[in-house]
This record gives sequence, C-alpha cells and structure tokens, in this order.
Amino acid sequence: MQSNVTSQSARTLFEKIWDQHVVLRRTTGPQLVYVDRVFLHEGSFHAFSDLRRRGLKVRRRNQVTGFADHYVPTRTRRVEDAPNERVAEVLRQFSENVRSTGIRAFEIDDRNQGIVHVVGPELGISQPGMTIVCNDSHTSTHGAMGAIAFGIGQSEMTQALATQTVWLAKPRLMRINVHGSRAEGVHAKDVALAIIARLGSAGAVGHAIEYAGSLIEKMSIEERLTLCNMSIELGGHSGIVAPDDTTLDYLSGKAFAPQGADWDSAVSYWRTLVGDAEARFDLEVSIDGSLIAPMVTWGTSPDAAVPIDGCIPDPDKLTGAARSSAIDALNYMGLTPGTPMTEIKVDRVFIGSCTNSRIEDLRAAAAIARGRTARVPTVVVPGSEAVRRQAEEEGLDRVFRAAGFEWRHAGCSMCVAINGDFVPAGERCASTSNRNFVGRQGLHSRTHLMSPSMAAAAAVTGRLSDVRRALAFGPKG
Amino acid sequence: MEPFRPVTAIAVPIKGVNVDTDQILPARFLKFDRSAGYGRFLFHDLRFDDAGNERPEFILNDERFRSAEILVAGENFGCGSSREGAAYALHDFGIRAVIAPSFGDIFYNNCLRNGLLPATVPAQYATELRDTLLRLPDPRLTVDLEALTITDSSGAASPFTLGSFWRDCLLRGVDEIGLALRHTEEIEAFERERSRRLPWLS
Ligand code: SF4
Repeated sequence: MQSNVTSQSARTLFEKIWDQHVVLRRTTGPQLVYVDRVFLHEGSFHAFSDLRRRGLKVRRRNQVTGFADHYVPTRTRRVEDAPNERVAEVLRQFSENVRSTGIRAFEIDDRNQGIVHVVGPELGISQPGMTIVCNDSHTSTHGAMGAIAFGIGQSEMTQALATQTVWLAKPRLMRINVHGSRAEGVHAKDVALAIIARLGSAGAVGHAIEYAGSLIEKMSIEERLTLCNMSIELGGHSGIVAPDDTTLDYLSGKAFAPQGADWDSAVSYWRTLVGDAEARFDLEVSIDGSLIAPMVTWGTSPDAAVPIDGCIPDPDKLTGAARSSAIDALNYMGLTPGTPMTEIKVDRVFIGSCTNSRIEDLRAAAAIARGRTARVPTVVVPGSEAVRRQAEEEGLDRVFRAAGFEWRHAGCSMCVAINGDFVPAGERCASTSNRNFVGRQGLHSRTHLMSPSMAAAAAVTGRLSDVRRALAFGPKG
Repeated sequence: MEPFRPVTAIAVPIKGVNVDTDQILPARFLKFDRSAGYGRFLFHDLRFDDAGNERPEFILNDERFRSAEILVAGENFGCGSSREGAAYALHDFGIRAVIAPSFGDIFYNNCLRNGLLPATVPAQYATELRDTLLRLPDPRLTVDLEALTITDSSGAASPFTLGSFWRDCLLRGVDEIGLALRHTEEIEAFERERSRRLPWLS
C-alpha cells in the first residue's frame, strides 16, 4: 500500500514512535509491539507466579526495573512495620521475585526508592522515543518525557517480561491544545482537572492523547508529568508531550540518561521526535488556559470537578444516568447541592501520590504552610526518597513540621490506602492524588482532589479554600 | 484457556457510568493470592455491608440476578486502576461476558486475557437492555461470539463488536503469550536492528 505517499506520510509524534516499535505488522487488530522499558511494582506477584507456572524466564532483565511503592509503610523503612502480615509478605515476595530474576529494583530501604512514576523520570530511566509499560494505570505519566507509556495488566506483564512485547491495537489519536497563560494560583493539576471536567471521565476512551499548545510548552517537566499522569482519568490510553529543550535540560546528567558520546547521539535522535505539521488527529480539542481557575472535585469521579469559587451542582439540572450518578455521589460524599465549595470542612489532608509529590509540588505546598498551622491532621508523603532529601536540603520538612504537618517517607500511601495509611470511614480528605472513587482512600472515605497548594490551604484553614485568597488564611510567621 | 462457547444465562444490569475497578474489586483485596478465588470480592463493598451481611439493595443480591453469568453496564466500564483482580473477580464469580458501550482500556485487555468476553454495543442499546432486564421475570440473554450477536428471550438478536484477532483467540482458547513466543525470531531481529540504530538503549 505505497500509493499516495505524500498525503499519507504525515505522521503524529505518537505514530512515529509507534512505527519504530512494531515487531510484527498485521493488517488489522493488535500488532506485536516492542517495549523498551518494563517497570513493575509489588502488585506484580501474579505475573511472577505466572512466569514460574509456565516455566518462562525474564527475557531482558536490563530493560526491567522494579519499584516498591504501593505496599511500603511510610513511617519507617522496615518491612516489619507493614500494617499486617500479608502486606509484609507481598513486600518480601517482591524482593524475592526481583532478586531471583536479577531485576534491578528500588526496594524499601534503597536511597532511590519511591513511586515508579516519580522515580522513572527522576533518574532518567524514562526517555523520549521509548515505549514503556508498567502494571499500573498511571504509567501514562512517563509520556511527559516524550515516550509512549501505558499501563498493562498482570497477564500482559507476564508477556512483557517473557518476550519484551505486548499485543496492542493502535489507539485512535487525540490532541488537546491548551493555549494562553495560567492565572496566579493555577497549577498543572488544575489544568488536568479542568480538562477532565470539560471532556468527562470517558472523554478520551480509546485514544492516545498528545498535549500541545503554548501553555503546555511553557510547562516544566514536573508539571507535564502531573498532566500526563491524569490522562487515565480522562479515559485515555496514554498521554504524550513532544520532547523539547525543557525535556533535554531535565534529562541531562541524570543517572540513567545516556552519557558522553551516547548523549549526543541520543539528542540527535530525540530531536527527530516531533509530529508533522500536516498530521491528522481523530479528535482535536482546544482549551483556553487563561480561563482555568483552581479546581476541586465534589463527587466520586474525577470529572466531578468545579472551580473552587463554584458551588455543588444540582443533580436536578441533569437527566438520566448522569442525574442518578450525581445523586449517588452526593449521598456518598454527604454534600448538599448549592453549597459553596469553600464552605466544605475537611477532616484531613493528604499531600502526595504520583500526581503531586515532586519537589515543585512540595515547594508549592510549603509556600502556603509556611508560618501557618494545620487545623486538621495533614501528612506529606514525598514521591521518592530523592525528593525527600531535596526537600530537607531546602528546609521544606521544617516548614511542614512547624505547621504541624507530618513528614513521611516515600510511597503511594493514602492514595490507594493499602500500606496502612488510610482515611477513616466517613472522613473527608483534601487530597493531591488522582482518584476520588468510592472507598479509594479507605472504606467509606470521602475524597476531594486538588492541587498541592490548595491542599495546603485546606490544611491551614480546615476547609476547602481558594488559594488565591491565601492572605486571608491567618498568621504568617 | 477454555474456548469461549455461546452462553445463555441470566444477565445482570449494573447501573451507572464510569464504574471503576475500585468498585469491581476494592484495593484491599489485591494482596491476596489468586488460588483462593476472587469471586467473593466482586463488587464487595456494594454487595456487603461492614458486618459482611448482604446489602439487599444491590442487584447481585436480588434472587433474579444472583446466578448471573452476563453483565450489562454503562459507558467506560472498568475504568481506573489496571488491577487484573477486577477481571479475576468477575471470572471467578462466574461471569462470562460483559456488555457495555465502552470499557477502560486496560480492563478490556484484562478481560480478554481471562477468557471473559467484552462485548461492545451502541450506548442506546445498552441503556434499553438494562431497562428491559430489570422488568423481566427471567432476565436471560444469549451471547454468541461466533455470530457476534446478543439474543434476548423474545428471540430478537442484536450485534456487538469485537476485533477479529481477539474473537479468534477467545473462540479457539488461544494463549496470547504463547502466540508472542512463536515470534521470538522476529523479536530478536528487531532487537539487533534497534541496538544498532540506538545503541544506548540496550
Ligand atoms: S500514587 Fe496512587 S495512583 Fe500513583 S501509582 Fe501509587 S497508588 Fe497508583
């Protein structure tokens, strides 16, 4: 099918990377796609059992990295401090699985331990042009490095370990253009929530998203990581940002980035990773970034988000399934339509997760916490031990502690509540994580998603608060 | 994997859209080994109260739907976490097919890997079907993968979609990992070429 090459040869960034990874081209349906990097966390024990049952070996252990994050306790660095024996067992099983297969892993006591989606980019393991898979839906995060990165299940993980491939049909292509400049107090998280609120949780189902536009180009890598992270909350297959000087500056000198002459070759290759101007997307959306306000969710799906100066919506203004979903959500959340968001009191605050636990996030939270006092229990869980060290060097831990925030070790913690950190039943939590699902942060927990500075604002006021009004929050030391 | 045969069984309508995998299988059950079976964890917090008693208002506790082997859901079913436990729970409970207008990507793949059929149907049809099932005393459907049809008790058949690759895999009980392993030579050739072009990667 070589006819009409000129009009058909324009390709998007995703397509260029995709084409370089297809091992076996089939005319329809899934292709056999090569994966450059396989990341795995403790939940991978099913895949390791499956490998053993099948008598298969890890094919390219140098292209596989393990991360202990979901189940690790965050008060200490000891497996024995896991909340129960089965969780400790999962952690030990993880160590055993990676050691017996020779996979490099950041175990609980490693100085570079942390959440896979924080550590991968931070150490330069995730690079432009790569295909990256992990047994975790938020693998989309690594797309911020200019990679095709997506979550897979356990059976697919078995295949990825044994063959360094996955079966995957090419997703449809979507571009989200965000233009304009951000107003004061508006973070990458707000941009993500605003996009999800506008397009819905199923807005990108079946699509690989490319984020573009002047606002995205001006974003730091950490902000792009936050944005790509939440592609999955939009239903997307993956999210990608074209690598540029910001990407290269970020990667330069990282422990796992190419060095010396390799760096120069890598850079010339990475420079080729741009979509053609005439390339076509199946779906294209434009958003005026200057209209985005700090956002907060009110319901049990991430698209249930409104600007902080808004009110709880009235389900009676909706129809059908949307109406009954909203009524269920409000019952669960214990909220009444028409209530201004800033009147909602919270019981605790969680600052952490692969969405918002990097150094820039902690700086933003500390800027609000500085000289103020937490009104409700607040924990800060850095995304990695490296972030923790950096924060301590900058004195952020002292700011948090002085404000009465708890300062923890790295891990997923209260984002998924399987390591012993959880929101008690019925309590309302202001959280910088990515999911406000029923029971996500613990049985009967209620979650409001927001940016790190908004979460810190909730901590020092005891209610959802507009970070743009920070001057009204009381004493500054 | 067992080849998928036509199934005639009770079909349970699940209400709502964007039903996430945290609802299908709450995270705290993820730590368990598969051997004990995941069926009892399916929709756990919707099915049972804190004392472990059944919640009568949840549809799988309704006598008509208890023995369901087919599930009919709304848009974006199985969104959220990549946990394959959600597919294990459905499978171990006895569900054979999930009918919905769209699915979470990873959940969709996980279904296929566990011999569960994800049948994609038009949104309007899924809504009507859920309403109809609620009204019927004997809410049965037949799902025929060979013919790509869903037939209700009145005999009316409607089409669903599934790509031909996955249809063949399910019908023949093909193991996709085995299938990939058959291409080891192509994978090796690919790797040689890739490390020649991009040597810093390997
Ligand atoms: S921080 Fe939360 S969303 Fe991110 S990988 Fe961990 S559990 Fe998943």
